[in-house]
Amino acid sequence: MADTSQTQTAGPQWLGRAVLYALLVVFAVYYLMPLFVMITTSLKTLDDIRAGNLVALPEEISFAAWVKAWGTACTGVECNGLKGNFLNSVSFVVPAVIISTLVGAFNGYVLTMWRFRGSDVLFTLLLLGCFIPFQVILLPMAQTLGYLGIANSIPGLIFVHVVYGLAFTTLFFRNFYVTVPSDLTKAARIDGAGFFTIFWRIILPLSPAIIVVSVIWQFTQIWNDFLFGVVFSSGERQPITVALNNLVNTSTGIKEYNVDMSAAIIAGLPTLFVYVVAGKYFLRGLTAGAVKG
Amino acid sequence: MSTLSIINVKKRYGPVEVLKGIDIDVKDGEFLILVGPSGCGKSTLLNMIAGLDTITSGEIAIGGRVVNDLSPKDRDIAMVFQSYALYPNMTVRNNISFGLKIRKIPKGKQEETVNRVAKLLQIEALLDRMPSQLSGGQRQRVAMGRALARDPALFLFDEPLSNLDAKLRVEMRAEIKLLHDRLGATIVYVTHDQIEAMTLGDRIAVMKGGEVHQLATPQEVYDDPADLFVAGFIGSPPMNLVRAPVAHKNGKVGVNLHDGGETFFLAAPDAVQNGLSAWNGSEVVVGIRPEQITDDLARGHERSDRIKRRAKVDVVHPTGPDTLVLIQLNDTPVTCRVHPETRVQSGDNADLMFDLSKLVFFDPDKETRIR
Repeated sequence: MADTSQTQTAGPQWLGRAVLYALLVVFAVYYLMPLFVMITTSLKTLDDIRAGNLVALPEEISFAAWVKAWGTACTGVECNGLKGNFLNSVSFVVPAVIISTLVGAFNGYVLTMWRFRGSDVLFTLLLLGCFIPFQVILLPMAQTLGYLGIANSIPGLIFVHVVYGLAFTTLFFRNFYVTVPSDLTKAARIDGAGFFTIFWRIILPLSPAIIVVSVIWQFTQIWNDFLFGVVFSSGERQPITVALNNLVNTSTGIKEYNVDMSAAIIAGLPTLFVYVVAGKYFLRGLTAGAVKG
Repeated sequence: MSTLSIINVKKRYGPVEVLKGIDIDVKDGEFLILVGPSGCGKSTLLNMIAGLDTITSGEIAIGGRVVNDLSPKDRDIAMVFQSYALYPNMTVRNNISFGLKIRKIPKGKQEETVNRVAKLLQIEALLDRMPSQLSGGQRQRVAMGRALARDPALFLFDEPLSNLDAKLRVEMRAEIKLLHDRLGATIVYVTHDQIEAMTLGDRIAVMKGGEVHQLATPQEVYDDPADLFVAGFIGSPPMNLVRAPVAHKNGKVGVNLHDGGETFFLAAPDAVQNGLSAWNGSEVVVGIRPEQITDDLARGHERSDRIKRRAKVDVVHPTGPDTLVLIQLNDTPVTCRVHPETRVQSGDNADLMFDLSKLVFFDPDKETRIR
């Protein structure tokens, strides 16, 4: 079969393939180059960096920069590396992702299965939340956090990210649940299940795909957030993104590119990890409901 | 006692009145069909019997107990949905036992019930599969199994067969009928398929625009339609409805028809002689079923209430058991049902026998029956 198709259109097909692959290679190199430079630089010694060129491989592989970035690099006055800030980030990102996803699922459930007068208006208003720039809410949010007594704290950051993420997670779950037939809830109601039983036993078990979408989205957003981190926290409570910035900007005479690169990779690894682990479900979730299954 | 009584039930969504006062009484063990075109309110009514939607006014009682303010789970009902609504994350077994589990029926009793129902519906081999692994017909059975497991006072079916292919639909139809005979359950069954309505129902409620136009046995609805809508809706192919002027001939009242040429007279049955005479000179709609215009072979010989006419055939539709022949009467296409061995062809003139005993007449404006 391959033979016949090739004899018919051998010339143009070969050319097309070649152009296609050439383009793909160019783009792949273009995107992989920075990652390559980051990884190689992080494994070089300072002498190696000064002597060699940017894209050269390290003379000898050294993990010293990684150890320093993790444990002893200076981020401002403190010189404890990124490990504390890494744990900071984990300690507010994980609860913020879980809470915003769960509340989003619950919102979506109510907005689709238990519509009430004005539920569509409410949903539209919630959607507006997706378009509000971070900067706009800085001042009011700082005041709110002050009133609630959780300013400059991990719970404060969790609160900010949950509130800001709700618009997105609600949108995800609502649009997913719209494709779930409402007969399911009706059947469950006749079977005797109540509001929460239906949510836990029927609706939530249908949702792994969209939960993965929400978790990846929220994790990436919150982990990578800089502005809220820099505004609503300080000192040792700062998230890793802010610490990374401080680490790179702290001048101690010599610019340690290898430590900067290691620190940047450390800061980026968790999101990479989430994508790799859940990426398969991510695509499936994004297209869920598109095909009747 | 599993009776259902619906008394003057109305439903309003804002200014729109969806149900305009429904009165239906269903006896214990009766199979009631709600039939009508889309948007007639039949599914709304069913949802209200189930308690999935509230009524604006009126009263619904199941087994003599008013259920207006009871939630679905307290109404002692079970429902089968058009989409089957099987819980996708549960096995067939758990789908059937979910309602029992929620009601905290003891484990042993649950298992016993699941096995009894599975045996009844012949789905024992499917109990540990997931709904996604089942065919349409199997899902349909599981949906019925879930309803049966609960052993409710009242079964509600919401167009349960409309997602099945034609062959399976006929099979499941027969099975539902058999099941009803065996269980003696009270059933309210919504459909838009008038063949399902005719074959399954003890009685049919024909609905349109939020009103019940007729509530009667299938044969009554077919032979004696209450109004123009019921006459046109029930029957396939539908009843021929032709506008015709009322006239007198030989001391009898009837209508004049023509097939483009000579006019001929169809005398009304004796029972409507009186009613129709008031319309002398004006136009009415006369209704005649396709099988009442047929040929000699199928219907025997001429009698006083049968007249023979020659008419020009426009189109011929062979269906197998019958051949449908289209002619023109008073410029309206009219379907006649002739024996397939009568080999007529379009353009021919065919001898047709009109059975006058079941002619029905309607007021063309009010669409009511003239009796």
